[in-house]
Amino acid sequence: MKPLNSVIAACPPSGIRRFFDIAAEMDDVISLGVGEPDFVTPWRIREAGIYALEHGYTTYTSNAGLPRLRELICDDLATRYGASYDPRDECLITTGVSEGLDLVLRVLLNPGDEVIVPEPCYVAYEPCVGFAGGTPVRVPTRAEDDFAIDADVVAAAITPRTKAILIGSPANPTGAVQPRAALEALVRLAEEHDLYLISDEIYDRLTYDGTHTCLGALPGARERTVLLGGFSKAHAMTGWRVGWICAPQAVAELCVRVHQYTMLCAPHVSQLAAVEALTGPDDDVDAMVADYDRRRRVFVKGLREIGLDCPEPGGAFYAFPSIRSSGLDSETFAERLLHAESVAVVPGNVFGPSGEGHIRCSYATALPQLEEALVRIDRFLHSL
Amino acid sequence: MRQILELLERDAQLSHDTLATMTGIPVADVSAAVTAWEASGAIRRYKAVVDWDAVDGDSTAETVTAFIDVSLAPARGVGFDDVAERIARFPEVRSVYLVSGSQDLRCTVEGRTIRAVSDFVSQKLSTIDRVRATATHFVLKTYKRDGDSFATPDADHRLPVTP
Repeated sequence: MKPLNSVIAACPPSGIRRFFDIAAEMDDVISLGVGEPDFVTPWRIREAGIYALEHGYTTYTSNAGLPRLRELICDDLATRYGASYDPRDECLITTGVSEGLDLVLRVLLNPGDEVIVPEPCYVAYEPCVGFAGGTPVRVPTRAEDDFAIDADVVAAAITPRTKAILIGSPANPTGAVQPRAALEALVRLAEEHDLYLISDEIYDRLTYDGTHTCLGALPGARERTVLLGGFSKAHAMTGWRVGWICAPQAVAELCVRVHQYTMLCAPHVSQLAAVEALTGPDDDVDAMVADYDRRRRVFVKGLREIGLDCPEPGGAFYAFPSIRSSGLDSETFAERLLHAESVAVVPGNVFGPSGEGHIRCSYATALPQLEEALVRIDRFLHSL
Repeated sequence: MRQILELLERDAQLSHDTLATMTGIPVADVSAAVTAWEASGAIRRYKAVVDWDAVDGDSTAETVTAFIDVSLAPARGVGFDDVAERIARFPEVRSVYLVSGSQDLRCTVEGRTIRAVSDFVSQKLSTIDRVRATATHFVLKTYKRDGDSFATPDADHRLPVTP
């Protein structure tokens, strides 16, 4: 047989996948390995989806997505952050942020273009750059700096081939929220070197100690920034697969072009549910965020009390404690913890070299489970 | 401080330490506030929400619940208060509300059997002066009580490890 696509064939399977396979065969696992809310989609949103099905909204929508939904997204960005996008030709509804990321990278990159990716970062960033023909260029961030991106380190990684900088804030896996100053420094760099900025802001509503800075709303950023967002995290709608891209018209137009030939449109029922998510009251989001915040405080304090240093996660629902004191590498730690105490965490190295020495723990899990997990991790540490 | 009460209302077993961590309020302040609320009666008491239908093999644990609407003749100076408070003193009565609508009071009454509840209504409640009429609605099944759903919780459909 002739060889398959060499880029895809060379891409290793996600390290998360391996842990899923092990954990899936075990009983009584307390999973801190889940990257999605433990809340079910709020009832009023589910009801909107049911209504949509009952009334036969089972057709395609326009390629870019329901105009009403695009208007609501752009209004929301304008109200919340002062970011200005035209819903007619600068906004596209995607099948989750995952598709949005893929589209944007395919639209921005030519073969050999480099994309700077501060890490540790979401597992899809680097492979998606590769799939789009680009080359990911890793830039480390450090726990000692709360994983803030250092513009000087980014600047040192810029070459004539650099096309874009791809960041996620608040971040998976670290929970880090990039300070406004760090983002402003990136915008200045992007202006200086004529780079695009791709900003994954799927966790924007889940911040705890301050307000979220929207990259697209910073001075000088708008014409070179692609914003990615969606409904999965704040509205607990992971399985509905609804995300969006807001970008300058030239970029958005090409994104729609790829989208119309590949995905065609995001699911109609899901888009109508998303309309309800944005038109209804914010009570559900506020209650979920308050609950995550309480668990975060208890869990992070608990990790520190059992001897694991943990940077303060300002957003998302992940803690990223250091496990260096155990003397184990992150993969060995996670695997032995899973077998010895049936607690599933994700080794930090799957998110990039800077994640080595850490584990990702999701606190999107009920408080009693988190407390039991702390007991088990403590017991595991003492057994070493 | 209000959030401490909201948290305790959902889970009275949370320790003062945990409450302090959850809210960012110093533990000494949490303890002082809870003690003060207990003393003042703002916190009436702590209780468990029990789904008696889920208590296996304990038929004596089952109770019959009825909502009883009561129509009253008001009295000068006290309105309905004196009769309502008198009804509330019966141990069978779990709650008493003055309500708008065609009836005046809505009471929740519990007894071991339908007969016990019926006897209470006919012999104790209906015979009170100024009680004009009662309407009894027996509870057949509880789906939600005081904010707690009694439906089977949704299973966690998430995979054990996800991106």
